[in-house]
Amino acid sequence: MKRFIGFVKKEFYHIFRDKRTMFILFGMPIAQIMLFGFAITNEINNVNIAILDKSKDNETQKIINKISASSYFKINEKITNEDQIESVFMKGKVKAVLVFEKDFIKNLQTLKQAKVQVITDATDPNVANTISNYVNAILQNYTQEINKNNKPSHQIQTQTQLYYNPELKSVFTFVPGVMTIILMLVSAMMTSISITREKELGTMEVLLVSPIKPFQVIIGKVFPYIFLSIINATIILLLGFFVFKMPIEGNLFLLAFESILFITTALSLGILISTVSNSQQTAMMLSLMGLMLPVIILSGFIFPVSSMPLHLQIISNIIPAKWFIIIIKAILLKGATLNMIWKETIILIGMTLFFIGLSVKKYKIRLE
Amino acid sequence: MNKEKIIQVHNLTKQFGSFTAVNSISFDVYKGEIFGFLGANGAGKTTAMKMLIGISKPTSGEALVAGFDVKSNTEMVKRSIGYMSQKFSMYDDLTIKENITFFGGIYGLSRIQIKEKTAQLVEELGLEDAIGKLVGSLPLGWKQKLSFSVALLHEPKIVFLDEPTGGVDPITRRQFWEMIYAEANKGTTIFVTTHYMDEAEYCDRVSIMVEGVIEALDSPKNLKSKYNVVSMNDVFLKLARNVE
Repeated sequence: MKRFIGFVKKEFYHIFRDKRTMFILFGMPIAQIMLFGFAITNEINNVNIAILDKSKDNETQKIINKISASSYFKINEKITNEDQIESVFMKGKVKAVLVFEKDFIKNLQTLKQAKVQVITDATDPNVANTISNYVNAILQNYTQEINKNNKPSHQIQTQTQLYYNPELKSVFTFVPGVMTIILMLVSAMMTSISITREKELGTMEVLLVSPIKPFQVIIGKVFPYIFLSIINATIILLLGFFVFKMPIEGNLFLLAFESILFITTALSLGILISTVSNSQQTAMMLSLMGLMLPVIILSGFIFPVSSMPLHLQIISNIIPAKWFIIIIKAILLKGATLNMIWKETIILIGMTLFFIGLSVKKYKIRLE
Repeated sequence: MNKEKIIQVHNLTKQFGSFTAVNSISFDVYKGEIFGFLGANGAGKTTAMKMLIGISKPTSGEALVAGFDVKSNTEMVKRSIGYMSQKFSMYDDLTIKENITFFGGIYGLSRIQIKEKTAQLVEELGLEDAIGKLVGSLPLGWKQKLSFSVALLHEPKIVFLDEPTGGVDPITRRQFWEMIYAEANKGTTIFVTTHYMDEAEYCDRVSIMVEGVIEALDSPKNLKSKYNVVSMNDVFLKLARNVE
């Protein structure tokens, strides 16, 4: 036990004396959560649009007022003919052009139907999509208003309710995502680098020649990162809770248990990486390419798994982060209990045991 | 010299697949002697030494180190030996004192023992002013001496030195060999691998490995007269040429 304490103490010296490590450990989580929380968002605000009103009547004016009154859009320009549309987009500022057809009010009154064309700049497809949805919503709302007095004979009304994230705040998906990335980064990358560093420096050899056992070396190296990862997870959750009003519906103990489970999974991956790489560079590349990219792309953090092509959906199942994101979202947003997420929990436990088993095997082969 | 055998190696062999790195070597090392373990790169000396210090398992054959079998009693072997790697491996981002405390700790020394050892070591090496300095800031020669002293912290019966003088200037090398002599005089057995043939002259006995087997084993003086040459360098060249 005394040996172990000495070992952990030494490990903390390494961590606290290395500015880069400290930055990755504590600067990164805060920077990432702030970036994702504030800068990267799927919501649109104050999008510049242009209007081409060929009718210029009361009705179109009302609609234009309604649109500019919303916080989503800002009317930047009014153009007078279709040739200008292209040049307006070219300038880059305007993301959408609304075209009201000629004789708008007349058509509306006589044909009971009038047309608005929404032209969007789809160089950024997500934004274009969101803009057209928002414009549609505003127009529908307006149609309902004018139909108030003369009800049509048949009508299906949709009533939409958004459970768990009623305001559709993107930060609610980013907090669990960032937490997953950070825990992966700290646990897997930092441990694999710190173990391979000892190999590179030759101190690992000295440790192996000493009476201390190989598994004691590994546990001694890994332990500080468990501790730091828990602190990191706490920082991220506190930031999410206090700065972004992220709800924490579920049981805190369950949350802590699942987080520690995922930390262990990531650590075992880090150990596995360190058994197959002999230099810090290799360990870092393996962690970044082999872990970070799949975590970001395939875990469902940014791109929903259900809309991926089938083969990618199948591959995504072997990404531990995918399961953790499901678990943590369920706990944070839905207040899930263990019997709702036991399947995902068992998968994570299974993966962890598999990685540990594999590292032990690899390690033994090296020693032979 | 006391003729007690402290290392006994019998038909020790290590194979990697179909390649035989160490081919059935046998030799003894006596207590308190400086034993030079020579060989070109790839001759198998590192592999042989790794088996003796318990980090590589022999394919066949036996080796007793300090009376313990390297195959079955690795733990006791490890407790009985000290090891200094060719990289003078210590932690650059820890101070001298922290390094001593750490390595003392993993060999199970008590806090009081570590304190005594630190004081003694610092005084011997004249490092009083540098005790709080990071090891990374020390010149290579100091690191080397410190690394040797750290390998001796737990008072091992045998200390293995893996090319301990690489990259160090001749004066420092000379000083380092004085440390080795002093330690051998206390009764510690020194097992040293080296590239430098002039250093081989400092050893009590040397073995020369060529392609996995021990081609020669005797005192430098006897080897030179046997091969009728003036330096160990010539002995080495002659042996290597014979094999080709």
